[in-house]
Amino acid sequence: MARKRESSPQNPHDVGRVMREIPERPRGTPLKDQDIREGKVSLIAWKPHLEYRWDSGVAISRFLLGLKEGKILGVRCHSCGRTVTPPRAFCEWCFRPVDEWVELKDTGTVNTFSICYVTWDMKPLEIPQIPAVIEIDGTHPRVGFLHLLGGIGEKDVEAIRRRVRVGMRVQAVWKSPAERVGAITDILYFQPLE
Amino acid sequence: MRRIRRKVAVVGAGLTLFMRRALETGKELSYYAASQALESAGLRLRDIEAVVVSSGPDAFDGVHMKGEWLSDGAGGYCKPIMRSYVGGGSGVFSIIHGWYMVASGMFDTVLVVAEEKMSSCQPHPQGAFLTIFDHTLERPLGPNLLWIFALEQSRYMHTYGISNEEIALVSVKNKRNALNHPCAQVAAELTVQDVLSSEVVAWPVHRLMVSPVSDGAAAIVLASEHVAKRITDKPVWVEGVGWCLDTSYWGNRDLAYPRYVEYAARMAYEMAGIREPRKEIHVVEPYDPFAYKELHHLEGLLLAERGKAAEDLVNGRFDRDGELPSCPSGGLMGVGNPIAAAGLMKVCEIFWQLRGEAGKRQVPGNPKKGLAQAWGDLMQIGTVVVLGR
Amino acid sequence: MDEGVAILGVGVTPLRPISPELSQRELIFEAATKAYIDAGTEPAEIHSFISISEDFHEGTSITDEYTPDQLGAILRPVHTIAGDGLQGLAAACMLIQSGIADLVAVEGHCKTSNILNHEEVFAMALDPIYERPVGVPSHAIAALEMRRYLHETGLPEEAVAGVVVKNRRNALRNPLASYGASLTVEEVQASPLLASPLRVLHTSPYADGAVVLIVASAARARRKGRKPVWIKGIGWATETPWLAERSWGRATYTVVSAQMAYRMAGISRPRKEIHFAEVDDTYAYKELQHLQALELLTPQEATELTRGGDFEGPLPVNASGGSLGMGYCFDATALYRVAEATWQIRGEAGSHQVPGARTGVVCSWRGVPTTTGGVVVLQAD
Repeated sequence: MARKRESSPQNPHDVGRVMREIPERPRGTPLKDQDIREGKVSLIAWKPHLEYRWDSGVAISRFLLGLKEGKILGVRCHSCGRTVTPPRAFCEWCFRPVDEWVELKDTGTVNTFSICYVTWDMKPLEIPQIPAVIEIDGTHPRVGFLHLLGGIGEKDVEAIRRRVRVGMRVQAVWKSPAERVGAITDILYFQPLE
Repeated sequence: MRRIRRKVAVVGAGLTLFMRRALETGKELSYYAASQALESAGLRLRDIEAVVVSSGPDAFDGVHMKGEWLSDGAGGYCKPIMRSYVGGGSGVFSIIHGWYMVASGMFDTVLVVAEEKMSSCQPHPQGAFLTIFDHTLERPLGPNLLWIFALEQSRYMHTYGISNEEIALVSVKNKRNALNHPCAQVAAELTVQDVLSSEVVAWPVHRLMVSPVSDGAAAIVLASEHVAKRITDKPVWVEGVGWCLDTSYWGNRDLAYPRYVEYAARMAYEMAGIREPRKEIHVVEPYDPFAYKELHHLEGLLLAERGKAAEDLVNGRFDRDGELPSCPSGGLMGVGNPIAAAGLMKVCEIFWQLRGEAGKRQVPGNPKKGLAQAWGDLMQIGTVVVLGR
Repeated sequence: MDEGVAILGVGVTPLRPISPELSQRELIFEAATKAYIDAGTEPAEIHSFISISEDFHEGTSITDEYTPDQLGAILRPVHTIAGDGLQGLAAACMLIQSGIADLVAVEGHCKTSNILNHEEVFAMALDPIYERPVGVPSHAIAALEMRRYLHETGLPEEAVAGVVVKNRRNALRNPLASYGASLTVEEVQASPLLASPLRVLHTSPYADGAVVLIVASAARARRKGRKPVWIKGIGWATETPWLAERSWGRATYTVVSAQMAYRMAGISRPRKEIHFAEVDDTYAYKELQHLQALELLTPQEATELTRGGDFEGPLPVNASGGSLGMGYCFDATALYRVAEATWQIRGEAGSHQVPGARTGVVCSWRGVPTTTGGVVVLQAD
């Protein structure tokens, strides 16, 4: 097992080796989980309750309203000729307001994907999540946004990789109109068209 | 080419242990690193005119305005102290910040301190990264940090036909190099098979391709030319600095190539008068929080052909005794990754390598120019410094 | 400064209690567009960009991620200063003086209205081990300072109320201000106590806004054919992060910052050489405390000045209305005040123009619980 062979040159109770190499100054004291469990160090806990309500602004508000109607919207800049999504009020390349709103298709191409087996706090996931960058059809250059792939019905890497590949065509699977609230999650996920 | 007003030298460096969980507070770690750096420069805090403090997200420590909180530990009491912040790129940006403070003529001595104590963030330090994503378009999808790097690695491998065996070799090299680093947290003698046998956390990323969460601090002392020449026989000069930030819309970017790193490198090379980086840079510390990033960055730094860094790695070009030693310290994969401190650790390593003080990690050939690089935000910023003697 | 650095362009959005019509990026885009036009430049000409922000003010970790697009700074040198607006301005000055840049954009912004629990954000700024468990609210820390300041100077509380009257009245003439009002000292002193002796009307109300300044080297400033406003000296300092250690009665950070800025500007007699001041007044007593630290007024003179409430007096202070009158927007506040000072020196301040404003000083503070602030001396061409 790789885990066993991963060793550390540090030992909190024997800093001598380290101190011999750099003798001038203290360099810190590594703790072990055991030190915490056995109450050898004191801890102060604080659970933050930070709350924000962000103004979505001109562009994203309209994008969210589009999602509620089951549409993916983009914007076009006549100066550089790009059509992009997510929409923005101004073209960041030309530094001027965008010119036009366009309704894009809800189909696209997988630019890249991953198969994630852990939660953010490193707990294992029984059913992996498949995040992907989806290039939405009708954008130029082909650009898009982060979303999830679904409807794959497999669990392990090899099986999923047989079904999912970079360059694969996908289509949005929407929540029912009644359930849509004007959020990115109004799209449940993208599923393979092939 | 721009005319730079004054030469700036690194005259001292200090580093704490990198650890999964430190007994010390962030202030105390900062003090350890800062006092070592001062001592190695033969200076006292009263000789320091200004301070730069560098640290990652406030969410790690659960402290708002963390730069204020760290200020006394970093030696900033009643001094002009300032915190610059470019996410994971902060550690290498901190020397750039200190550089412009001295180069401007406003200060002759600046202490630069980079600290990170990730372990305070519970239940897992990754929690601090949940809020890096766009609050409206991404956070509702529940993304975590592994996603975006796995997505980038996947695109990089797909575009250039790179194998996971080649990526795993970065972990093997760096964790082995770190066996000689007295501050290392996760040094190990591993094989490629060991890395690929570790569990898949987010395909194509395996657990042993990810740097650990760490606590630690690093510090350097910068001085103007006339001060540097007075206090040391071995000044290491800041010859080039560069930084570059790409768009926030990361889904609109080419993930296979870090163009922002290239632009940052070109800015630093131009200032350093470097025309052929592959010949003129003798030792390099590219940012390696994930194994693939070292290769990705070596390409962005123009130190390897696009898509060919993996091949060079397999051929031993980046070994400690290779043509271009890369991450001789052991990097973030081996020494550990207290974010801002890890970036400045790389600067410390180049400083020691150029002075011939890197001990068992010393690369052969008496290197004259070295480069440290960091990267951060939403796979978006490159920070580059070229040091020379 | 021995090699000149100038403010060449200014762009702001009006300070408003809420700003639901625009996202933060859109708000900044508006300020940036104005600043580039004012400086006669465009983003492609700018060599370096600085954004001022703190994560917990935005509700986003690593706020640097969201800075480049709205400044036209894609794939350019951009960095964040997690600090005061004047620290960001100082960084711009140093970039220019180092020789690595001739034109730098400095951006500050604030969506205070998007933060739903300011007290919790404040609490997170206290030391988690020694100070936070005590549960002291933000205004109480200001009250402790105010009490000690009044004790040390012997000033009456009415002097503090006078600052409020003056600044909120000044704000009536400033179209960017949100909180202009005609009040009396008695009305201010009748407002509810937050923490004795600090009252509701002694504190600045929050506001949303974005501000962008274009800073230029002397050579570039001349070439643009605009009227540069010179940054003659700049300083900043932090005293201590510990509540228990700070000098409650005086603004030590301003003393240190002012010494640095005045030395750089060659100012030896600030009272004679400075014609107007834009001074932090997050809490009304801070204006008086800062003026004292700036060596501009004795506390007694300050009382007289505020009693008159007349910004055409010997030293007009906060003709803009200050934070009490314009609204407080965290670290962007200092940049709004630099913008104000720039207009004053250019003679473009409109109905709140100070006559003969050639040399001005801006003094900032990062708010409770910090002891960090800056000072900048600005001068006409």
